[in-house]
Amino acid sequence: MRLEPRLPTGPVADAWGRRRQELAQIAPANRRRYRVLVVGSGLAGAAAAASLAEQGYRVRVLTYHDSPRRAHSVAAQGGINAARNYQNDGDSVDRLFRDTVRGGDFRARELGCHRLAEISGSIIDQCVALGVPFAREYGGTLSNRSFGGSQVSRTFYARGQTGQQLLYGVVQALLRQVEAGRVELCPQRDVLDLISLDGVARGAICRHRLSGALETHTADAVLLASGGYSNVFHRSTNAVRSNASALWRCHRRGALMANPCFTQIHPTCIPSGDPDQSKLTLMSESLRNDGRVWLPRRAGDHRTPDQVPEVERDYFLERLYPSYGNLVPRDVASRRARELCGAGHGVGPAGRSIYLDFEEAIEREGRGVIQARYGNLFSMYERITGVDPYREPMRIYPAPHYTMGGLWVDYHLMSTIPGLFVLGEANFSEHGANRLGASALMQGLADGLFIAPATVPAWLAEHPHPALPHHHPACRDAVEGVRQRIAGLRAIGGSRLAVDLRRLLGGLLIESCGISRSAAGLRSGLEGVAALRASFDQDLRLPDPETPLDPELERALQLEDYLELAELMLRDALAREESCGAHFREEHQSESGEALRRDAGFSHIAAWEWRSDGAPIRHQEPLHFRAISPTARSYR
Amino acid sequence: MSSSSSLSLTLRIWRQRQDEPRGRFLDHHLTGLSPDLSLLEALDRLNQQLLLEGERPVSFDHDCREGICGSCGFLINGQAHGLRSGTTVCQLYLREFSDGQTLTLEPWRARAFPPIQDLVVDRSALDRLLMAGGYVSVNIGSAPEANVLPVGRDLAEQAFEAASCIGCGACVAACPNASASLFVAAKLAHLELLPQGQPEASRRSRRMREQMDAEGFGVCGNQLECSAVCPKEIPSRLISRMNHQAMA
Ligand SMILES: Cc1cc2nc3c(=O)[nH]c(=O)nc-3n(C[C@H](O)[C@H](O)[C@H](O)COP(=O)(O)OP(=O)(O)OC[C@H]3O[C@@H](n4cnc5c(N)ncnc54)[C@H](O)[C@@H]3O)c2cc1C
Ligand code: SF4
Ligand code: FES
Repeated sequence: MRLEPRLPTGPVADAWGRRRQELAQIAPANRRRYRVLVVGSGLAGAAAAASLAEQGYRVRVLTYHDSPRRAHSVAAQGGINAARNYQNDGDSVDRLFRDTVRGGDFRARELGCHRLAEISGSIIDQCVALGVPFAREYGGTLSNRSFGGSQVSRTFYARGQTGQQLLYGVVQALLRQVEAGRVELCPQRDVLDLISLDGVARGAICRHRLSGALETHTADAVLLASGGYSNVFHRSTNAVRSNASALWRCHRRGALMANPCFTQIHPTCIPSGDPDQSKLTLMSESLRNDGRVWLPRRAGDHRTPDQVPEVERDYFLERLYPSYGNLVPRDVASRRARELCGAGHGVGPAGRSIYLDFEEAIEREGRGVIQARYGNLFSMYERITGVDPYREPMRIYPAPHYTMGGLWVDYHLMSTIPGLFVLGEANFSEHGANRLGASALMQGLADGLFIAPATVPAWLAEHPHPALPHHHPACRDAVEGVRQRIAGLRAIGGSRLAVDLRRLLGGLLIESCGISRSAAGLRSGLEGVAALRASFDQDLRLPDPETPLDPELERALQLEDYLELAELMLRDALAREESCGAHFREEHQSESGEALRRDAGFSHIAAWEWRSDGAPIRHQEPLHFRAISPTARSYR
Repeated sequence: MSSSSSLSLTLRIWRQRQDEPRGRFLDHHLTGLSPDLSLLEALDRLNQQLLLEGERPVSFDHDCREGICGSCGFLINGQAHGLRSGTTVCQLYLREFSDGQTLTLEPWRARAFPPIQDLVVDRSALDRLLMAGGYVSVNIGSAPEANVLPVGRDLAEQAFEAASCIGCGACVAACPNASASLFVAAKLAHLELLPQGQPEASRRSRRMREQMDAEGFGVCGNQLECSAVCPKEIPSRLISRMNHQAMA
């Protein structure tokens, strides 16, 4: 298989503009004849569905939630980037472009990053027009704040609820189209397979979560915007129902999976205590502006924090990175925390946390100032842990957060299955090996508001297909496949609940393929997954439900997909013999413990092809840097 | 996270199968719970227990488990989202309850929210309220430059506060008339306060209020229970604002 990224040639700066001029179009009167199926109603899916419906296409949205407003995008806290130079600090499209390429450690396509930076400004215009109440200056203009990884103030925000407000904006645009009869919204649908005919995506199979019915939905193009897969680690900062199933089933149907091992671990999260704890809550990165990170100097020191005198505290980030201190990037901070906890310096349950201490900031600035800055985060922390962070340091630990890997897409956001487009966190594009803060919302909205609405019509114009009837063998076979799969799971009749195996899988994956990876660890991870897979196949307990509402079935189906995905992540991490961004291979580090990229061998996107024999094939798309030349990241 | 003690609780839960016209309360006992678990995590634990015993697990809605998606919500001892103010069910931790306590859990009850199963009800009526005009009619790609229309900071903050409603439906559940006034008033205020939402303000208000009746929500009787239980503390003055605007 040859990967064809369809990248424009010529100068980087106006490549998207040139490509847009070349894209085929469909006359307004004819658009009603085309049907587009969108899976997911988060930022990316809702934005794409609304935009295409406004253009006149017939859109149907399948979504897992009862309402599109509940999609996981609602939880994003910090903000969204855009190159606007409103603060007169010299920001520009070019600067945002460079920050994005460098931040991703040169493992993203230059042309994609440039397009994202170009589009960023229009996203803000659009969202403001939709009524998103961004923070404002007294004079009425938009405010900005700064975020990790950049020296300018380009992050637009709505308190700590930016994702919520952006999502409500696009969901309202979507509901307007539902009311106008241009979008059919189908909530409570769990998408379980893709329908493809002659290798072209033509629809999806889903299970109605309330009635249990398996449904067939056909269309002329399918847009997958089903979010990221961090929940493969079991506990992550994602909503507990976020899943990888739709994405994984498309992979099994022929969509290549790119860079699956690039998973971002966020350093400041509330750690796990009890085995029954269901998720990890993110504490915004902004806390590190004032909080000081430390651990006791002596390993195995079990005193309470107030009993550890100043000289016996190790402010390790300040010690190791004098110029960046507590504000080193996410991957670096996470690694140092893990190492010290591994060496017995960690605090809290099982020694798996570090202190984030505000004592000095409160003394310096006064409690009122700190409260004004971080009050909502402090009360969230207090609510979850029962500890008052104004009196005692917070205990935090890194947690799986965002997945940079995802289905491979070309410049038009089309996967290797013609007619299947992938948007938002479900695709791999633009972030490279590491995502900068506030850039995922930007990417999801760029995909949904502007890119797919230009490239999907071009596909429709050039590939007219006769309507696919539901009784077509391609549809019938796909439904039958899902039916048999469910029956097969029920027939196992074992003794272990899905959640039980799920916990073990998550623990294993975080150990072997988390903050730090080594060849030996990855290999034993692969063995561990194989063993879990065997337990699943032989010992799963999936009771017959008394009613169609059956979360246990949903869990089992997801776990089956997670097991396969986990294996691919381990393989991908094993094959990438370098350290870059969030992927840290212990064999490839400098003497001072920093990541060593190996551009000569690995300046490429790894894209995996599914094989039913368990031997997936690794394809490569080489990366070319014309506008910026690759340099090493340094934070010392 | 700090304590090592453990709790026992009795959960009296409204059990009603999808296909049953009526439900009933059933007592479920849980022991050895860490006070650091959330109430929803205790329900997870109960469900694992029930599954292993061959019983039907308790259905309840949830997703983000950090108070932002609006999925969770039921009555706890008669209070929507429980006793703690400004809090969703998923943010309730067991350390707030005492050992041996009995908690009664029952679903939102309102004509416009048909029961689905156990603690889950159908809240799609709230989305249909939004469809009836809860948006700004601007096509994608035709937006003016963002700073062309200035919005004063205070106004933006007020709009934000109104916009922070998570659509959980607690206001409806707490209202003796099962009115959706707080939800609708919040949406109207969010959009009317901003210049972008003003051109279609009166049409929006009329249509959303008509839709409220059509969905079977009751009328507001000024009891203001809604605001008291709202996890986002949406102020009841927005309802007065809505009524005022409608008469003007
Ligand atoms: C706690 C947190 C804070 C964050 N903060 C920021 C931030 O400050 N700035 C930033 O830029 N990014 C942030 N992010 C990242 C960002 O929120 C996400 O990357 C982004 O919202 C993903 O949007 P999406 O539209 O791709 O997917 P989602 O919003 O996850 O939507 C997925 C959709 O797909 C549907 N779906 C999923 N599976 C199925 C299925 N099998 N069948 C049917 N439907 C399905 C779901 O119902 C949902 O509608 C944060 C993430 C987290 C977890
Ligand atoms: S107004 Fe408050 S109680 Fe009502 S739906 Fe919104 S957040 Fe929930
Ligand atoms: S689960 Fe999202 S608000 Fe409670």
